[in-house]
Amino acid sequence: MESKAIFAENLTKYYGKARGIDGLDLAVAPGDFFGFIGPNGAGKSTTIRTLLGLISPTAGKGRVFGMDIVKNKKAILERVGYLPSDTAFYNGMKVRDMLKLSADLRRKDCSAASAELCERLQLDRDRKVEDLSFGNRKKVGIVCALQHNPELLVLDEPTGGLDPLMQHEFFSILQERNQTGVTVFLSSHIMSEIQRYCSKAAIIREGKIIACDSVDKLAKTGTRRVTFRGNLQPDALPDIRDWTESDGIVSFLYNGETNKLIRTLAGLDVHELTVSEPDLEEIVLHFYEKGGDQA
Amino acid sequence: MTLIRHELKQAWKALLIWTLSIGAFIVICLFMYPEMKSQMNSISSIFSSMGMFSSAFGLDTLDFGSLKGFYGIECGNILGIGGALFAALIGIAALANEEKNGTAEFLLTHPLRRTEIITAKLISVLIQTLILNVAVWLMAVGSIAVIGEPVPWKEITLLHTAYFLLQVELACVCFGISAFLWKGGIGIGLGLAIALYFMNIIGNLTSKADVLKYITPFGYADGSEIFNKGALDGCKLLIGLAFSLIGVALAYWKYNKKDIR
Repeated sequence: MESKAIFAENLTKYYGKARGIDGLDLAVAPGDFFGFIGPNGAGKSTTIRTLLGLISPTAGKGRVFGMDIVKNKKAILERVGYLPSDTAFYNGMKVRDMLKLSADLRRKDCSAASAELCERLQLDRDRKVEDLSFGNRKKVGIVCALQHNPELLVLDEPTGGLDPLMQHEFFSILQERNQTGVTVFLSSHIMSEIQRYCSKAAIIREGKIIACDSVDKLAKTGTRRVTFRGNLQPDALPDIRDWTESDGIVSFLYNGETNKLIRTLAGLDVHELTVSEPDLEEIVLHFYEKGGDQA
Repeated sequence: MTLIRHELKQAWKALLIWTLSIGAFIVICLFMYPEMKSQMNSISSIFSSMGMFSSAFGLDTLDFGSLKGFYGIECGNILGIGGALFAALIGIAALANEEKNGTAEFLLTHPLRRTEIITAKLISVLIQTLILNVAVWLMAVGSIAVIGEPVPWKEITLLHTAYFLLQVELACVCFGISAFLWKGGIGIGLGLAIALYFMNIIGNLTSKADVLKYITPFGYADGSEIFNKGALDGCKLLIGLAFSLIGVALAYWKYNKKDIR
């Protein structure tokens, strides 16, 4: 347990009667590039904000680097860089002063790292923070999260507002950091992002983790996307989901025995058949849907 | 230290405007005093015989024709209300504004204990209050010297001390309330300051409502009472101190376990 970068056991947060997260179990090993996937309101931000001590858990335990999230907030925050999903700064301050303030609050001189990051992200340090676009404010947040070289990066929907070039540069930086042993924990809606960069991922739905594995294994569930031109009734096979039919093209996700599929199709007039692995997005969409928890 | 410096940097413009506004009003009034003085003898008796109105503002016990009396009433209304509004505003904004402006997430994910943040913000509020009061006191004393009147050092210093303590109390109480808010509470702060001011006026009007003067900090910052007694009312001050401590204690208690939005 102590060896985990992030560890949560039965972590629960209720806002009054409203569910934030409910009995969440999570383990992130040091050095992981970890994706945290879930729809709006599933509890991604609640999980992150609880782990960082912004809100206190209603029940359960949480540890970061083996330290209790309630008792050792300060020691945890020393080692963490956090990028909130909505970054706000103090009006009237220049980017340069904002970054300096963040470093000073950590009692660290981060000027070299700060300069390098601003250069790479093309962030003008002489602008006032309130004049910045959403994307540029995000960059300020990124520099604040990275400039003190933390051991754990917690990023809440980090790429919103960044243009594709900046997203690429940002992920390059994250990968470089990850290669030096930094643990990266990022929440996202964007499945291609997770599939491309993360080694592991957890899927959260209605406050609970419903799947947690390596991204490769999550994507290889045995489920297949079957598409062909022909005629098939949806009830002809069990274990069919996501059925669509248009212009004679039938498409569905199949999770049953392959032989059964072949036998059924053999009796039909089938053209242009493809059987492919669904991408992570399709799998996750099914995790999101109610009852779709055996994809 | 970093945080206190940051807080003061964020606050200095508003502090400057408040200080100059309150100071300027007092200076202007004092510069009108020499001319008014010559006409005062007749007006003064009118002022002091307006019944309820006179007692509400202490006109019955203070001689409006003397500098002390004039200053006690005039300063009472400018520094009294102005300072109270200022103190209430900075107190109520101190903790709540971080969440209102969305900066709480930034600040609270730096390695700082909540207690350190509360303390730094409280100290910043007290420093601002002190700066405003010292500056206004200097402007007042300077103006009295410039218009060639003898400076009533003891009275004026006592009065300004009372106003300073009033503002500290109000700021501390609002600071405590601030810990419970998510959206800023300018209305609450201003409302409280004004309500307490009128509470004192009601207390002045009728002796049946005397108890109000023990609740409101304006009760111990009453020019006529301070000048007549030559001292501040220890009992009222102690009650004020108790309110201040409760406010501060509430802030620490609540903010340390608060869920940040």
